[in-house]
Amino acid sequence: MDFLIFKAPMLMVQASLDGILLGILFALIAYGMALQWGVMNIINIAQGDLVILGGYIAYTIYLWGIHPAWGVIISPIIMFFVGWGLYKLVINKVVDRDLFISILATFGIAIVFQQLMNFIFGADVVVAQSEYGTTMLFDNSVTLPNSKIFSAFISVLYAIALVIYMKKSKLGRAIRATAQNARAAKILGVDTEKVYAATFGINAALCGIAGALISITLTLHPYVGLPYTVRSFMIVIVAGLGNLPAVAVSGMGLGLFEEFADYILGTEFRIGAVFLLLVLILVYRRFKLSRKREYLK
Amino acid sequence: MEKVKQKDLILYSGLIILGLAAPYLFSAFKVQLTYLCVLIVLAMTWNLQGGEMGYNTFGNILFYGLGMYLTASVQVGMFFPLAEWTESGGEKTFVHTTTQYFQGIGVGLLVAAIIPTIIAGAIGYAILGLRGHYFAICTLGLGIAAGEIAGGIEIIGAGQGFTTPPFPAEIVDAEARGKFFYFLSFALLIGTFVFVKYIYGSRFRLILNAIRDNEDKAEAMGIQTMKYKIVGWMCSAFFCGLAGGIMGGLIGYIDSTDVAFDGREMGVFMVLMAILGGKGTLWGPVIGATLFHFFKEGLWTLILGWQYVALGVLIVVIVVYFPEGLMGWLREKYPERFGEVIDEKDRKAQVELK
Repeated sequence: MDFLIFKAPMLMVQASLDGILLGILFALIAYGMALQWGVMNIINIAQGDLVILGGYIAYTIYLWGIHPAWGVIISPIIMFFVGWGLYKLVINKVVDRDLFISILATFGIAIVFQQLMNFIFGADVVVAQSEYGTTMLFDNSVTLPNSKIFSAFISVLYAIALVIYMKKSKLGRAIRATAQNARAAKILGVDTEKVYAATFGINAALCGIAGALISITLTLHPYVGLPYTVRSFMIVIVAGLGNLPAVAVSGMGLGLFEEFADYILGTEFRIGAVFLLLVLILVYRRFKLSRKREYLK
Repeated sequence: MEKVKQKDLILYSGLIILGLAAPYLFSAFKVQLTYLCVLIVLAMTWNLQGGEMGYNTFGNILFYGLGMYLTASVQVGMFFPLAEWTESGGEKTFVHTTTQYFQGIGVGLLVAAIIPTIIAGAIGYAILGLRGHYFAICTLGLGIAAGEIAGGIEIIGAGQGFTTPPFPAEIVDAEARGKFFYFLSFALLIGTFVFVKYIYGSRFRLILNAIRDNEDKAEAMGIQTMKYKIVGWMCSAFFCGLAGGIMGGLIGYIDSTDVAFDGREMGVFMVLMAILGGKGTLWGPVIGATLFHFFKEGLWTLILGWQYVALGVLIVVIVVYFPEGLMGWLREKYPERFGEVIDEKDRKAQVELK
């Protein structure tokens, strides 16, 4: 094998570290998706576009001269209300319906978002400069942007905060109750409509955090939302709903896969590899389950 | 019974005559009419999966794009080196003669019909074992992966696109190109319609409906569901491949993600058209595609720049408020016309219950 990555072991270290740090970020988006999938039973194709929108919010405050890292606080607040509004406008009409309806409806939302972002922020690839510098490891042979370490750290922090919030707070308990059995929760006095709106808002807020982190670590472009949706979908189906450690692990696994695919197959096939992996995972699960004469539900 | 058949006969012959006369009547809109034919074909074949079988696929765009690339590649590759053609504007160096062009497109369309069908059969067993939304997401991934991968392959033009052979210059008639592609697509439309109509009258459709309504029960009744699902998908792939091949020749330029594996436009359009017209009906996709096309062509130019926003809003509105489509709405309103026997008392009782 004459791939560069197998000749230089340091590249492997580089790819692994990049992959893991990136994977933590993916896991955060996937956690949001798992939350709203588990509670509301809808698949949100616009997830990735919410992420990109969150990123553009951070980019906007960067353009105003504020350090983009503040985006991790401002962006989720704005995105929470975006999510809430989206729920009130569209999502509440598809919650109890067929899943395909929710897929198509959110697909429509995704297209609208992409185009509006294209109008507002332009079709250029942009990045918010955090100017955090880079860390050099192993005699300068492995370079690690500090912004990536920062983003992984913030992701972990928010994930832990959210887990504690879901366990301890009243709303968190209401959300978990609704996820277990919406009807029973309703009978016991939980305002499920409000819970759904809050869940979608929290999901959008998580997307906002992830987007703000992406704006300083990676790049933003109005049309790159769908890969993030697919990544988070993939992580959720591998990890299962509501299993946070598994979400983190499979997120990192996906990050590793992507970085290695990048080196081995070439950057032009990176997104293709992600989508192909989705197909392969689903097909693998399908064959595994069909031995027991079951199918993915 | 005999009377109904006669009525059908008049309707069909009227439509065929209209179709044949259309390029002469609306001479300026030949390209639009060709688009319409292809859109109807795509909507009808999507309906076989989404409407009849209950498998909502986003993946039929895969066969459409494959057909497009295959037709163009064969058409070029039969006579000239393909790599040189795609590398640096080979269409200027190599020129197809008239016979070469038509031979090429003929063989190309043949390949474009057969290979997607084989591929559908090959991946069908793996993919069609998924159900519901997993199937939808998986096929969505498949279509986009195909586009991304095609965009990285050098020999078919990679990211810079693939120019399909230009229409032979020896034919002086300026109308010839438009007419050729129109009649090609019209023939495809008739072929598809006859085939789908045949399916609608056959046992195959009942099996597909049984799979849609309850796959486990259908299996328990002794139907080999997987076999029928794959055959159904192969039928769609056949016509989607042909539609793609014709479209590639008409557009004259193939881009991996914007023209061929265009999940953002074509891939969504076919779903939307079928739903708009009413899935699970013979005429629904035809009407839906026609309406959609008129709406699109009428409004697209008025709202320049905002088309995609309008498209997104349209998707949301149709899906959320109008999921049964036009035919579903008509069916609810005039059930007698659809051959449904309604017990008046029962109907009233149901209304009262509501």
